[in-house]
Amino acid sequence: MAITATVNGKPAEFTGEPDTPLLWALREELGLTGTKFGCGIAACGACSVHVGGEVVRSCSLPISEVAGKAVTTIEGLKAADGTLHAVQQAWIDIQVPQCGYCQSGQIMAAVALIKQSAKPSHAQIDEAMTNLCRCGTYPRIREAILKATGQAAEKSAAAATGAA
Amino acid sequence: MGVKRRNFLIGAAVVAGAGVFGSIWADGSARSKAIAATVKPGEGGFNAWIKIAPDDTVTVYSPTIDFGQGSHTALAQMAAEELDADWTKIRVEQAPPIPGFANSGLVRGFVGELSQGLSRHLPQSLASLVARSVPIQLTGGSSSIRFAGQNLMRKTGAAARLALIAEAAERLAVPAAELTTAYSKVIHAKSARSLRYGELAAAAAGRSLEADPPLKAEKDFRHIGQSPARFDIPGKVDGTAQFGMDVALPEMRVATVMMAPVRDGKLLSVDEKPALAVPGVERVIKLDEAVVVVAKGYWQASKGLAALSPQFSDGGHGALSSASIFAAQDKLNAEGKALAQPAGGKFVTADYKAPFLHQAMMEPFAMTAHYKNGKLEAWGGLQDPLATRGQLAKAAGIDSEDVTFHQMIMGGGFGRRFPQYCQIVEQVAAVAKQVPWPVKLIWSREQEVSHGAYRPQVAIRLQAGLGADGRLAAWASDYAQDGDARSDATVPYAIPSFEARHHKYISNQVDAYFRSVNSSQHGFFNESFIDELAHAAGKDPYQFRREHLPAGGRHLKVLDEAARLARWGTPLPQGTGRGIALTENFGTIVAEVIEARLRDDGYPQVLKATAVVDCGMVVNPRNAEAQIMGGLIMGLSTAIGEEITLDKGAVVQTNFGDYPLLRLAEAPPEISVHFINSGAKIGGLGEPGLPPAAPALANALFVATGKRVRQLPIRDQAKA
Repeated sequence: MAITATVNGKPAEFTGEPDTPLLWALREELGLTGTKFGCGIAACGACSVHVGGEVVRSCSLPISEVAGKAVTTIEGLKAADGTLHAVQQAWIDIQVPQCGYCQSGQIMAAVALIKQSAKPSHAQIDEAMTNLCRCGTYPRIREAILKATGQAAEKSAAAATGAA
Repeated sequence: MGVKRRNFLIGAAVVAGAGVFGSIWADGSARSKAIAATVKPGEGGFNAWIKIAPDDTVTVYSPTIDFGQGSHTALAQMAAEELDADWTKIRVEQAPPIPGFANSGLVRGFVGELSQGLSRHLPQSLASLVARSVPIQLTGGSSSIRFAGQNLMRKTGAAARLALIAEAAERLAVPAAELTTAYSKVIHAKSARSLRYGELAAAAAGRSLEADPPLKAEKDFRHIGQSPARFDIPGKVDGTAQFGMDVALPEMRVATVMMAPVRDGKLLSVDEKPALAVPGVERVIKLDEAVVVVAKGYWQASKGLAALSPQFSDGGHGALSSASIFAAQDKLNAEGKALAQPAGGKFVTADYKAPFLHQAMMEPFAMTAHYKNGKLEAWGGLQDPLATRGQLAKAAGIDSEDVTFHQMIMGGGFGRRFPQYCQIVEQVAAVAKQVPWPVKLIWSREQEVSHGAYRPQVAIRLQAGLGADGRLAAWASDYAQDGDARSDATVPYAIPSFEARHHKYISNQVDAYFRSVNSSQHGFFNESFIDELAHAAGKDPYQFRREHLPAGGRHLKVLDEAARLARWGTPLPQGTGRGIALTENFGTIVAEVIEARLRDDGYPQVLKATAVVDCGMVVNPRNAEAQIMGGLIMGLSTAIGEEITLDKGAVVQTNFGDYPLLRLAEAPPEISVHFINSGAKIGGLGEPGLPPAAPALANALFVATGKRVRQLPIRDQAKA
């Protein structure tokens, strides 16, 4: 009766009812709490993960639909040796997160975008990055995506003069 | 009259409490307990706020919460600065919620402002807590750096450094005056000897500390003014940061709640059976105002809750709606006296309105509690851990000493998480007492949006007289809202006659804090109206503002710099407008210039934003920039599309579908933040970036379209 899938490269088994959203199966059954509950209606994107390489909002995807598929969460982005994904590293370099609650989802959305287009344009970033952030980290999210893809960031922060 | 009386009462309380505030340190026994709770043998604990271990690790205990402002890192910079510490050995921890770690620095800071009549922006309920000297640990009022940082971290760092020097002088048998400090060492250059802080700390901490040690001059800063990477960010990019939502305990159950749709309503009845028939559901618990379903997991609890048909009363508010509130407020405002028409000049009046607003933190409420053998252990994220502990104790009917509260990382707050109006605190305590397991109570987003503690709805009537010379002769406003916002209803302009009259209107909602509190609505009202007045006087809105600002003052400098950097006056394409606004909030002056046009659907599109900020000294420029950008974007988001409305006494909005937040594509593609250090007393940064955004946008849209928007949210109101 259990549903099996691959989560972060390892076999996983979900024992909940088939209509259980992937979000809650990840968080409560597998203890992968990096994926967040934000709205439950696929509006905010805090629960974004990859299923079969595509970014999905896991709060609205029942586990019955991930049977046999490969799921990647924020915990699975690091390389085997612990090296951060280029997007995660850019997030640190640009100091993107504030409260941080939406950032797992933002990073998963950004990683999926970069898989599709190695050097996304501003318009592509606008289109792909629809996850909500209440702290207002959007300018730095944009900057970090440009940095992670080796594009000279139009550095908004450059205008920030110090206390001098 | 109301203001005078309130100031008098607070003033009296300040005098009575003078002994309490005379020292920045907690009283002896509470401080000893705080040190005992955090300092191990061999370590040195300085006033409890700073601890130095034998291996030189310096731990800074923060009484305020870092929910993304970067305050923990900045507080560590301030402690390290005065301590002359090695930055690589610094770490920060949230101070435990015990009285010895109450935020005496915040109390002292606010009391100082109150006693000087500078109680601007301090909500009445907070003023009351401060005046009564209740031990608090709250994070609010953009106060972490200016109060906890200035009053606790820098002074403790400086006092600890002097104690370390005194201890080293004794050990090296040299005069203290021959000793210097750097990188966590006390150095005697003459004899080429040095002692590490870790070697000295335990003994140095036993010395009496100076209560008011001298602080460094800005020119000598090595840490303050730098932008080291924030401590909390690595855990927020790999999913390891533990938020209140993420608590997991053996045998833990998950619960979710449905509250009476109308605030003050009660649970009348509910048939529990349909929920208990759902697999995984274990309990249905009736509370005074809500029904709670406890299950193995959240999904099962949600399904159980959805199966119920509870009956609630409406608390007598069934006739209340946003429209009825505005109608009542307009009536109150109309009672204000008319402003005399200036001879030979112009009289201008306008009515403005702002809706209830929701803080919309990204993490819905979640608290976990375990009640066992008369003791309660609880986990969650609130904006005052110490007060939360007391509130949990009261709700569970036990002593505070029998409550352990673990403060978790918070996914946003913006004023929503002050425990006094977080019903989840009482709910989780009540539920925990009725089940044998630890239980995590999660509010769905629907409950979170519709049972908020909102920024109050306000209507205002503004009147002004322009003299024959085109200068402002008089300004009067009548505004109706819950809570007196008079201090936020002021303007920085020199006007011969100025009056802001509050008409108390009480709805069934709580008068809650919002990022920048009442400066958000009143900044919109006043900075839109001054723009109207400029146009009425036939003047450029920037020039009109500057003509009414004191020469050589901070406001004028900020305004001028914003106009210069935004290239005020340079031509823009047809259909694009440029607007400016200037506000002061929590001691910080901010001017913002927005360039905007309308999208095809009539909604505003913001093209460019420039912010200039005078908050005095900037501790961490990169964080400071993030805070101003964040405030500006939140201000735009609220201005463009956010609104909480009431119908039949209940909140209409339920989730992000009908409470839309600004998305990345809608945020300004070009945004720049600039700081001016005027040398003024340090101001706040978390909130002051928000208030100018809405009026600067509305003013830009007026230029772009000729339409003046006087009611928020703007939506497509500027469309022809």
